[in-house]
Amino acid sequence: MYYAVTIATLITMALALVRALLGPTIYDRLLAANMFGTKTVLLLSVVAFLYGRPDFLDLALVYALINFIGVIAVLEFIRLREDSNDARQGADE
Amino acid sequence: MIILFGIFLLTLLVITALAIVRSESLFAAVILTGIFSLLMAANFFLLDAADVALTEAAIGAGISTVLFLGALALTGEHERGSSKNRMAALGVVTITTLIVIYATFDKPRLGDPDAPVQQHVGAWYLENTPKLIDIPNAVTAVLGSFRGYDTLGEVFVVFTAGIGVLFLLSARSAGRTEEIDPANVPNRGLRHYLVPRVVGRMLIPFIFLFGLYVQFHGDYGPGGGFQAGAIVAAAVILYALLEGEAEALRVLPLSVLKWLVAGGALLYGAVGVTGMLLGGNFLDYSVLASDPIVGQHIGIILIELGVGITVTGVLLCVFHAFAARGKV
Amino acid sequence: MALAIDILSWVLLSLGGVFVFIGGLGALRMPNLYTRIHAASLTDTMAAVLIIGGIMLQAGLTLATIKLAAILLFLLLTSPTASNALASAAILSGVQPDEGPIERGRTSR
Repeated sequence: MYYAVTIATLITMALALVRALLGPTIYDRLLAANMFGTKTVLLLSVVAFLYGRPDFLDLALVYALINFIGVIAVLEFIRLREDSNDARQGADE
Repeated sequence: MIILFGIFLLTLLVITALAIVRSESLFAAVILTGIFSLLMAANFFLLDAADVALTEAAIGAGISTVLFLGALALTGEHERGSSKNRMAALGVVTITTLIVIYATFDKPRLGDPDAPVQQHVGAWYLENTPKLIDIPNAVTAVLGSFRGYDTLGEVFVVFTAGIGVLFLLSARSAGRTEEIDPANVPNRGLRHYLVPRVVGRMLIPFIFLFGLYVQFHGDYGPGGGFQAGAIVAAAVILYALLEGEAEALRVLPLSVLKWLVAGGALLYGAVGVTGMLLGGNFLDYSVLASDPIVGQHIGIILIELGVGITVTGVLLCVFHAFAARGKV
Repeated sequence: MALAIDILSWVLLSLGGVFVFIGGLGALRMPNLYTRIHAASLTDTMAAVLIIGGIMLQAGLTLATIKLAAILLFLLLTSPTASNALASAAILSGVQPDEGPIERGRTSR
């Protein structure tokens, strides 16, 4: 039963990777990375139970937090870049 | 069956690596590097190496992405044109790959109990951890006590790396960064900021708490100083991203961070010297208390604390050095 | 009773797996950035609830259940927030939602 969920999650990770490779805008890639992160959390939770070692759930918790921080960091970077571009255009005018 | 999952993840890894090398937008390459690190950590997890997977998760997917983005803010975003002479590079890579593949023919099979690495020192550590140190996590026992001197070296490597980065990034730039006049920035409104700010600020205390849990739980499960330092640094970096770097510097000023950087390594060395002063060897924890096993526990907790403090300090110093240098 | 719990958790896990797969397919095949965000984030959260709920039923009343509840809580908090921030950033930076049918060969800006 756990194997079916694991296989579905792995296939979805592959699909998300394809979106990360294809995505024309940067936001597509970021979306794919975020999706990849949450699928990894689910994969780790299921496989921890498959192995019968529930104390490995700490890893899944770390991922859930780190994934969020990574996405916020990229978005802040994009925002800062846009702000400085607008400021440069504003100063040029 | 698990081996099939591992092979599938490795295939995805190769595809991601090829994409990272071939992409021209460095921004996309950074995001793909984050995915690469997640794949690597999932692989480590499938191979039953939980401590390594935790470290890869905490440092590779989160902190490395932030630091790469800081570096992108200082340099350009697109790769410069590649050099013309690629045939020589291709030749070197092919020959090296063939040599490495040839060298793997002599490797023992995965999980072979007769492999040399399982026989000599590894078996001794596994036998003697319950007798001499009595903690469930043998990795922490080896890291902290049996090979404590190596870990002392690692802490000093992290410390040196932090100092090196601070030296390089505080050299004066020749007036390259222009002042951004706030009056010229169009008003973006609060919409982008409100929801992530509220949720992020709610999460930060829990991330701190979890970092402390990972720090002190390293004796019993996956965890330890390196992972905990990265998690606590990630919490402060999240605060800096949401509220601005000035606020984060108000909470943890640079002077405190420099104390943290030096203090952790100092704590580690002090534990070692205390062992000498109490009559044992350097980094011998058995003399720290009347019962040698309790002494080992005390020693491991103190040195893990030292490691965590130094790693937090170094990661935050590096982050602030990047953020202060380049206002994109 | 144990059989009922097993069947329930089996159903939850299978539904979660189906949602995961639908999300991946949606993120790949949808024509526009915003529709992809919609597909990815909705199915992410639903699948997380179902899968972690299914595993929690299997774990019973142990420490593992509390950790799984913590993971579920964090996922419920952070995954929609990240999607919101992503969509906000995209629209503030000018990526337009497409209106009307998509001709073959045209990608989003």
